[in-house]
Amino acid sequence: MAEAFKFELVSPARLILSEEVEEVVVPGAEGYFTVLKGHAPFLSTIRPGVLAFTGKDGKVARLFIAGGFADVSPTGLTVLAEQAIPVEEFGTDVIARQVADAEAGVKAARSDEAKRIAQEKLDQLKEAVVEIGLVSGSGSTH
Amino acid sequence: MPSLKSLRTRIASVKATQKITKAMQMVAVAKLRRAQQIAEASRPYADRMSHVLANLARAFEGQVDAPKLLAGTGRDAVHLLVVCTSDRGLCGGFNSSISRLARDHAYRLLEQGKEVKFLCVGRKGHDALKRTFGDLIVEVVELRTVRQIGFEHADAIGKKVLDLFETGGFDVATLFYAHFKSVINQIPTQHRLIPADVPATHATVADSAIYECEPGETEILEDLLPRNISVQIYRALLENVASFFGSQMSAMDSATRNAGDMIKKLTTTYNRSRQAQITKELIEIISGAEAL
Repeated sequence: MAEAFKFELVSPARLILSEEVEEVVVPGAEGYFTVLKGHAPFLSTIRPGVLAFTGKDGKVARLFIAGGFADVSPTGLTVLAEQAIPVEEFGTDVIARQVADAEAGVKAARSDEAKRIAQEKLDQLKEAVVEIGLVSGSGSTH
Repeated sequence: MPSLKSLRTRIASVKATQKITKAMQMVAVAKLRRAQQIAEASRPYADRMSHVLANLARAFEGQVDAPKLLAGTGRDAVHLLVVCTSDRGLCGGFNSSISRLARDHAYRLLEQGKEVKFLCVGRKGHDALKRTFGDLIVEVVELRTVRQIGFEHADAIGKKVLDLFETGGFDVATLFYAHFKSVINQIPTQHRLIPADVPATHATVADSAIYECEPGETEILEDLLPRNISVQIYRALLENVASFFGSQMSAMDSATRNAGDMIKKLTTTYNRSRQAQITKELIEIISGAEAL
């Protein structure tokens, strides 16, 4: 049994979650990483994807994160998310809106660099959607 | 001496006004409570953000290749003032105190020979500033149709500021809003957005752990700094909403009290003139009877 540490999930609007957990899997910009107690101080950007954490009772909860930052400090893990939605509540309409936003971002990008970043974000988003397994029935995900 | 009838109508109209101000006050109280909760709920994010930023920024201290949003463009010639006010009035000195602070700042800069540009968020600030600085206002954002300010609204404003910055529109950006200190006290505040104002006091020994960064420090900072601007604007907007209702509440409270005083005075005048009228009529009758 793993030791518990402090995990906080904050969105711009409010503190979504603050509790003791055993394990958190974060969708980092360069791949998923798992945080356990005593992780070295670490800072990473997050790509749109699924964050899973195991509570002290051993239950696993999954949340969709639309980009942000993860800050692993000696005192615990803080995730600054632009948006966080529990996977269970993640309906097709939410996806459609997210994807539409990302597509608009690709179109609005002026420089090649900005375009590449926006496109990357869109691809990551689609990937996350496939992972959740809601892709069927949502026509706007192409 | 006004006639009895005109006094009666005046009293009635003041009473109607009092009812309106009273209702507005009550609405402001209810909305203030909500706005306050939302403003407080948004604080953890902004706090953590500045914490992370402070940690990262120290690594770049004094370096030449630090991102422009952190270190500035190296010049100080063109200033952008982002003035956040409300879209509606009837809130005492709320809007005028913010625009006064911005105006004073602008005058100081102009005196030093700097160029000044305005970005107005909210109609009232624009109204107040366009008389003196009409041609310096580059953009006006109105949030009138918005019922609850969300992060996306702040993000949209942040993007505008960034676009302008990247095209070389300005060197220094300052944000103006009213800090919500308490229900009766709102302080007009200015806060530097670009170059980022990193609080130095955050660096305590426990925090100064050496961070490993992924992808890299520069990449993270490049991602973090634009977002920080949106977060700062978001926070300012929420503080503003709370301040607006606080200010409106006290303004409406004093308006209600003033109306009450006025009704009392008018009623006294009304009663006096009514009495005088009766006395006059009595004298007429008595002197008429005596003459017989």
